[in-house]
Amino acid sequence: MRLTAPLTSAGLSAIARQAGTILVTLLGLLVLTFAIGRMMPVDPVRAIVGEEADPATYQQVYEELGMDKPVYVQFATYLGDVVRGDFGTSLRTGQPVAQDILSVMPATIELATFAILFGAGIGIPLGVWAAVRKNKPTDHVVRVVTLLGHSMPIFWTGMIGLIVFYAWLGWVGGGGRVSDFYDGMVEPRTGFLLIDSALAGDWDVFRDAVNHLVLPASILGLASLAYITRMTRSFMLDQLTQEYVTTARVKGLSKTRTIWGHAFANIRVQLVTIVALAYGGLLEGAVLIETVFSWPGFGQYMTNNMLTGDMNAVMTCVLLVGVIFITLNLLSDLLYKVFDPRTR
Amino acid sequence: MTAVTLPPASARSSARPSALRAGADYLGTVVRHLAGNPSSAFGLAVIVILIVMAVFAPLIAPQDPYLQDLQAVLQPPSAAHFFGTDEVGRDVFSRIVYGSRITLTIIALVAVVVGPIGLAVGTLAGYFGGWFDTVLMRITDIFLSFPGLILSLAFVAALGAGLENAIVAIALTSWPPIARLARAETLTLRGADYVAAAQLQGASAARIIWKQIVPMCLPSVLVRLTLSMATVILTAAGLGFLGLGAQPPLPEWGAMIAIGRRYMLESWWLVAFPGGAILCVSLAFNLIGDGLRDALDPKQRKGRH
Repeated sequence: MRLTAPLTSAGLSAIARQAGTILVTLLGLLVLTFAIGRMMPVDPVRAIVGEEADPATYQQVYEELGMDKPVYVQFATYLGDVVRGDFGTSLRTGQPVAQDILSVMPATIELATFAILFGAGIGIPLGVWAAVRKNKPTDHVVRVVTLLGHSMPIFWTGMIGLIVFYAWLGWVGGGGRVSDFYDGMVEPRTGFLLIDSALAGDWDVFRDAVNHLVLPASILGLASLAYITRMTRSFMLDQLTQEYVTTARVKGLSKTRTIWGHAFANIRVQLVTIVALAYGGLLEGAVLIETVFSWPGFGQYMTNNMLTGDMNAVMTCVLLVGVIFITLNLLSDLLYKVFDPRTR
Repeated sequence: MTAVTLPPASARSSARPSALRAGADYLGTVVRHLAGNPSSAFGLAVIVILIVMAVFAPLIAPQDPYLQDLQAVLQPPSAAHFFGTDEVGRDVFSRIVYGSRITLTIIALVAVVVGPIGLAVGTLAGYFGGWFDTVLMRITDIFLSFPGLILSLAFVAALGAGLENAIVAIALTSWPPIARLARAETLTLRGADYVAAAQLQGASAARIIWKQIVPMCLPSVLVRLTLSMATVILTAAGLGFLGLGAQPPLPEWGAMIAIGRRYMLESWWLVAFPGGAILCVSLAFNLIGDGLRDALDPKQRKGRH
């Protein structure tokens, strides 16, 4: 099978058009983050010079920040800074925003990765099962479960989980990535606590970290589980009604082989794109779950900045989320084009 | 399940009284259909209860939702306090009853703002096409490239925390899917014979969009709007929980959970009941949305099997 489309002039112009679209979208994204930053009720000059600064100092910082220039010049400056990778300094932490985000990202990636493993690991078989037993009790039960997963306020589910599994049953650790006792015991090499503690051979910390990770990750995974289950079910139903499935059965292939070897094999590409999109979608849940579980990740960082009106940090966080989503959408489009010959 | 068929366009665009009657008949058919299906009937019942609770809150709530009783703080659920009391002795049940007014306000305002905006953007872009369509859809795409909660959070951070701003922020982030849908519908209708007939009769673009296209888009837009109300409720509650939506002492359910969080390990009822209320309403809208889709849009059923 040929995996790449031939680079004809039509193909090239399609690529150019695609690139143009992405550039325009990115520019729009920057306009949006810039507008949000300008609308924020915090005076960035006042935040730097403090409440008691004399007017001269205020004026000086005002001009240093370029606030006296017209808006389009300010936007051009912002654009230039972003292109150079300069996202400004966080007023709250006093550090470059990019550095802050890099330091909180591993915690969120760790959480989201386990959440998606949970969501896809259970959601895909559940969806296949529901499709095979369409309109039987199993299907209805799965439908109720996915509806509940959709409708639950995730922060509430997190708290109920903490009350039941931490306070009442004592099965899991509470908030945070590790118990206070173990905090800071492992040298942060990668920022991923599980990897760091395994590298250090400190299995007590590793066990404790897993203990703290299980509950938030599985609750965060619930929303993606509902989505993945529903999509898997509908993809599978499309396949199961096709004639090749009947042919395979008539040939004498077992039901299991037909379902997993034939029908499921055909929906794998679709599933990968769905799981990729669900992985990005976890960012939304992470904002709430990280607050509930005092998880020191990107979601909590973003919320804190929004609550304190930390302009540069908010702008960068919003920009990053937008870029992540645009990239994921683009990747899933590409994946389709590469693996599904019909879309060529 | 039977599909409800749209009354013919002539019945809807004729003289006013009969159009009104046709509309009422149509609505009646839809509601009957929803009531006939157990799951959407449940959803409908929850919404009716929500509305009754909001309208008759002073009659239903046993106590003033703001009345503090420092003699009875953090009481577990009992006959005197069905859902217990909070950290300053307010009756949680009464607060949830009054909170339904806030929930209903959010839903109503967002729907009233988002529906027309989405419909206008979508039909205009779809009907005129060309660069106008491209520009509008690029803007829509930028808004769509964010998860709703995060964009709402950003807007609230920009506008300032509070219930009104939360509603504005949610409305700002909820119109793009409606616009996309209305545009897709318009694109299929634009070439229809009856639209061409209206054009040949010399009808203006505004008249064609308003009289010929908007009515045909309405069913699917309504379904989509109902389904997105579930998300709207969850987003509003999430904003309240993070401290960026409704502010205490307002009995908004998300904000109640945020306060209850401090006491939750000992006083589970502070968190469990308001969250249960959010779950019920959001579930209800999802169920009604599914039911509406079956009733109004038989095409979609093929996709769901």
